[in-house]
Amino acid sequence: MTKKTYTCIMCPKGCRVTLMIRGKEIVKVEGNECPLGAKYAIQEFKNPVRIVTTTVKIKDANFKRLPVKTAKPIPKSLIKECLKLLSDVEVTPPIKSGEVIVKNICGTGSDVVATREML
Amino acid sequence: MKRINRDVVVIGAGPAGLAAAISASEVGARSVTIIERDEELGGILKQCIHNGFGLHYFGEELTGPEYAERFIKKLNTLKNVDVKLNTMVLDINDNKELLVSSKKEGIYYIKAKAIVLAMGARERTRGAIRIPGTRPAGIMTAGTAQRLVNIEGLMIGKKVFILGSGDIGMIMARRLTWEGAEVVGVAEIMPYPTGLTRNRVQCLEDNDIPLYLGHTIAEIKGDRRINSVVVSRVDEKRRPVLKDAWEVECDTLLLSVGLIPENELSKKINVKLSRTGGPIVDELRQTSIPGIFAGGNVLQIHDLVDNVSRESETAGKNAALFAIGKLQDHPRVEVRNGEYVRYVVPNYISASRDVEFYMRSTQPLGRANLVIKESKRRFPLRYVTPAEMIVKRVKAKDLSFAKDIGHITFALEKVEE
Repeated sequence: MTKKTYTCIMCPKGCRVTLMIRGKEIVKVEGNECPLGAKYAIQEFKNPVRIVTTTVKIKDANFKRLPVKTAKPIPKSLIKECLKLLSDVEVTPPIKSGEVIVKNICGTGSDVVATREML
Repeated sequence: MKRINRDVVVIGAGPAGLAAAISASEVGARSVTIIERDEELGGILKQCIHNGFGLHYFGEELTGPEYAERFIKKLNTLKNVDVKLNTMVLDINDNKELLVSSKKEGIYYIKAKAIVLAMGARERTRGAIRIPGTRPAGIMTAGTAQRLVNIEGLMIGKKVFILGSGDIGMIMARRLTWEGAEVVGVAEIMPYPTGLTRNRVQCLEDNDIPLYLGHTIAEIKGDRRINSVVVSRVDEKRRPVLKDAWEVECDTLLLSVGLIPENELSKKINVKLSRTGGPIVDELRQTSIPGIFAGGNVLQIHDLVDNVSRESETAGKNAALFAIGKLQDHPRVEVRNGEYVRYVVPNYISASRDVEFYMRSTQPLGRANLVIKESKRRFPLRYVTPAEMIVKRVKAKDLSFAKDIGHITFALEKVEE
């Protein structure tokens, strides 16, 4: 049996939630003071996902960087790979807010979209 | 010299100024001008490219630029609002005349019927916290780093140490890690983190960045460029204990040690300031000077931009009502802070309508009650810590007693678990 501990972010209290794991099975959840804590920790164990926000290069615009984000949360394990790919992307204006910059990045099923307009 | 007349002038086009100008226009101000010294609208939101904005206000999670864009789009549909970019307010006088300067229009006066102060805040710097050592390059505030990296597209260092566990510092710890730097640690002088839990988890723990609570930097070393910091445990009086100190190599030091409301202009017209460092205001967000209103970080440092927008809408709305002669209210019931409460905003209320109070605790309390001392009315709070602002809406019926005695005191009491 192994233990994994997560800090819940559902409220400021930040419960330390411990999962007891046998194989791939969660056998016990401890330390959470409400059901949200258990839900959060189980999600973090099974499939932790994050929205990734960064910038890409933009040519001939007022600013040198265009802010972007993944339209959906992507698996935590793919964040580095996505960032690597985005570091080589360069776009040119005009760009609209929400415009797709990279489709289905790293096979995550999520597009990377612009988070501001740049004319 | 050129002179123009306006019902409402809003100083600053960050989240506070945008919300104030929109609501001023919507409630009937005939002419509204926003003055912004930067080249575009949106203020600091434009460099906050991370997500987490708008959950309360819009019910969805947005990045900073997206949050700003929603307000900018709205503003652009309003015909009676004009925007003065690249324009700086040099002076204000008692007649509500603003002396402003811009490259395009030169120096001129704007005479306002009402003014909204929405200048936001400044970051504390090395000078404000007096760290000993040499004065090499490579030391900057977290917000400066954020601008350089996210807007200018410059990288600021390879091996970074961060002093202070404020939200911007933790956000930058993740940002710099994602840009390929090594963030070697974060030191926080208090025994608890000063930023939000979600940032501690998603920015520091996600990237295995150590957080040293109850620690500070005792010395900065380096000749031309910083090459190390001495990290030291502090005692209960927050003095470094040098036998528990060690040296950490780094080429960059970020400071995330708090924000100070920006009130240089407010001081010129002798607006009274409170313990938050911002103007004393009533529930309408009117300052000690009739016709001058304030909202957002110029007043109190918020942790959620959503609250900045809501507070500034109140300021803008009432500024408009003042300008068109429809505001006669002068709330005079004094709001005081009792045990464990560092401050309360607003400072004065009428005690005749519902009021949303904002306050911060002096220390982490966990489960607690918010108590109105005079009436012994108690409101249970789930979890209290200085990092999270307490926002509590209190009904008029629970406030009305204060009309007779002239004051109301908020305190916090711990609840044994």
